[in-house]
Amino acid sequence: MLSRRLFLKSTALIGCSAAAHPLLSSMSFAAAPGENRLVVIILRGAMDGLDVLQPYGDPELARLRPTLAMGPAKGALDLDGFYALHPGLSALYPLWQAGELGFVPAVSTPYRDKRSHFDGQDLLEAGTGNDLPVRFRQGGWLNRLLQAMPGAISETAYSVGVEEMLILSGKAPARSWAPDAELELSPQAQLLLDHVYHEDALFRDAAAEANQIAADTMQPERRSRADAAGLGRFAATRLNGETRIASFSVAGWDSHANQPAVIGKAMTRLSDAILALREGLGANWGRTTVLAMTEFGRTARQNGSNGTDHGTGGAMLMAGGAIRGGRVIGDWPGLGEGDLYAGRDLMPLRDVRAHAAWAMAGLYGIPRNQLETSIFPGLDMGDDPRILA
Amino acid sequence: MSVSFPELAAIRLGFGLSPLMPPPETPGEVLDSVAAAAPGPDAVTLDQARETMNRHSALGRNRMDSGSEGQAEFRALNRELALIPMVELQQRLARAVDAPAGFGERLVQFWSDHFTTRSLATNTHHLRLAFIDEAIRPHLGGRFEAMLIAANTHPMMLRYLDQGRSIGPNSRAARNNPNRKMGLNENLARETIELHTLGVDAGYDQDDVRQLAELLTGLVFRPKTDELFLKNWAEPGAETVLGRSYGGEEPARIEDIHAVLTDLARHPDTARHLARKLAVHFVADEPSPALVDDLSAIWRESGGDLSQVYAVLVSHPDLAARFRQKVRQPFDYVASALRALGVPGQAILAIEPRRIRNDLGAALARMGQPWYQPVGPDGWAEPAADWITPQGLAARIEFSLKQPARLLETLPDPRDFLRTALGSTAGEALNWAVPKAESAREGVAMVLASNDFNRR
Repeated sequence: MLSRRLFLKSTALIGCSAAAHPLLSSMSFAAAPGENRLVVIILRGAMDGLDVLQPYGDPELARLRPTLAMGPAKGALDLDGFYALHPGLSALYPLWQAGELGFVPAVSTPYRDKRSHFDGQDLLEAGTGNDLPVRFRQGGWLNRLLQAMPGAISETAYSVGVEEMLILSGKAPARSWAPDAELELSPQAQLLLDHVYHEDALFRDAAAEANQIAADTMQPERRSRADAAGLGRFAATRLNGETRIASFSVAGWDSHANQPAVIGKAMTRLSDAILALREGLGANWGRTTVLAMTEFGRTARQNGSNGTDHGTGGAMLMAGGAIRGGRVIGDWPGLGEGDLYAGRDLMPLRDVRAHAAWAMAGLYGIPRNQLETSIFPGLDMGDDPRILA
Repeated sequence: MSVSFPELAAIRLGFGLSPLMPPPETPGEVLDSVAAAAPGPDAVTLDQARETMNRHSALGRNRMDSGSEGQAEFRALNRELALIPMVELQQRLARAVDAPAGFGERLVQFWSDHFTTRSLATNTHHLRLAFIDEAIRPHLGGRFEAMLIAANTHPMMLRYLDQGRSIGPNSRAARNNPNRKMGLNENLARETIELHTLGVDAGYDQDDVRQLAELLTGLVFRPKTDELFLKNWAEPGAETVLGRSYGGEEPARIEDIHAVLTDLARHPDTARHLARKLAVHFVADEPSPALVDDLSAIWRESGGDLSQVYAVLVSHPDLAARFRQKVRQPFDYVASALRALGVPGQAILAIEPRRIRNDLGAALARMGQPWYQPVGPDGWAEPAADWITPQGLAARIEFSLKQPARLLETLPDPRDFLRTALGSTAGEALNWAVPKAESAREGVAMVLASNDFNRR
């Protein structure tokens, strides 16, 4: 009963938001969203792209980072003679070899200069430019993608984990769940609580979703822990069902001091999550694109505490059977004195949103015009970087 | 709904109603609770925190030499230290349920969240307690600048925001040790401006952050010594922050750091930022411009005298006008539940710390607020929707079903409990539903899980 009510509520919401959205008014809602899957991982805390994907072929790297830069000589895994993979991600190396892992070395959002995690993440998830104060940017770009997808229902998109994902918030209904929550109410208590919550939309909707998901995942063997692998496993179970878009975050990248230890733990979580997705998705991995992006990069020079401070440009990681992996896509800006942004940070050569936009165009057939005006307002997508296979 | 001042004060400004004591009658009683939240007899000092750290590192160093006995001693110490946050949670809950008007204890929550610190290892758990007892509690009712200086020069904050390792690139220490790769770390400077004072929307730039970072060099914490300022680590020369020049004397002086913090505390953007933050925390996720203006005005007029700011807040008409627009954060929720159930502080203090961890600590974590482990220096989120998520609400319902029976020998009659917990504020739907519950357990759970009880 709950499930039917939730479904009706979702359809009603879709109808509503579609009518309100000028670009969607002529769309039909008959088609199902298809088989392609998109997973967006938000790397909170500003991942040091120069450490994850080390451009050891650039002689400036060792000069700027005397203790952090490793290169193949100190255990990093050579990728192509210029870039090497940090050994903390060595569990993903087989994916590189299989063409299921790739990188873009120097991207960023339009966010510049203040280098605040919170604003940087808000902008990354909102997918907008700098022209509006942060608090006025409502909703996230994955939610606007949902609004543009014919046939999307609330089950189509999931945010996984206890953290709020702004990227999926907005008018279109989407689900969220932390794999370790539980709920046990007698049927009578549930009915009474339904009544108590009825006039309070916040409580009513949260309870309805909690009941629905708890019912779906009641069998103990399908429960998994809330660690990164657990998030990946849970996301995979949803993606094997009706879900086509999932998002979660992997935090802990803010490596101001003692970077090898800090980033090592974060990389383990990231590779655990990706490997759990791959394993859980089985054959569906071939239709899956994973994009892992962060709010900004870190300073090109290491600081006085064997760490790095907030910067600008950084790397994006891509994985999945649907990507054209086994390669680093996009140009390298260099690390020389005149190459750095503000004399301190890696120069971003491209807007990270352009890659996400081209992925969405390829996966879901969203027209370029719509991507550049409503999903990522103000974005110039530029040339196709051809990140999909 | 017209709600009386005593009920408003208890529910909105404290930890709710209690069967063991009446709610505060007047704004004066609410304001008196600020002084009652001063450091208690169990306060932890910096010296104690230092001792813990030194003992931990000595045992850690020696454990290899002294064989299995040393290993066991070190493990035992770590086990003991790991429970410190749970003992703290226990004491904080006890203070919350016993406080005649809980406003002072709520302010401890608010300010220790504004100045978020997080202890990442067992050996610094005491240090974080010392931070609250030395930097927050003594300054709850004073001028904001006093709390800012106490907090942002406290060793716990220095450690959390990496200041202890930030060294002036041209300082004597850096010049004398060219191979030690020492340098500046901007973390504390950035958060001081962005989070603790002006706010991210204010008119400052990267250069102000950098200059403040240079000015803050010299602040250090090393558990083995008493020194908290090393002039040899300080960047020489004057620094300009927001157009004003500080320092430049040789040798560098900590007074210049106090001076810049004082100016940041008195800046009008800080008044606005903090006025809004108080309004958002206590009154509404989207507070009225009038409330923010009123708080901001008294903040500026009084030079950031927090007692005067609270006085405006406590008697503001928005307290009634915006009733139930906030959702209790998990700690406030659990404290209010224990208070409504009539569990006295003494009974909470008698619980084994391990049980506190397994029952209450675990419940807080499932509700999305693991005790003193916020994700970042911006602390916990305020919006209701961040807490009443499917999993967050499921955890509150689970708590309502399980914990009352574990904490009380006999559960109250749910109909009486409805009155005790919500006074005259229970809504029609809840009044209808509670008497129809199948059992006392579910009836009590219905009250605690209700939107009426979860909102304030």
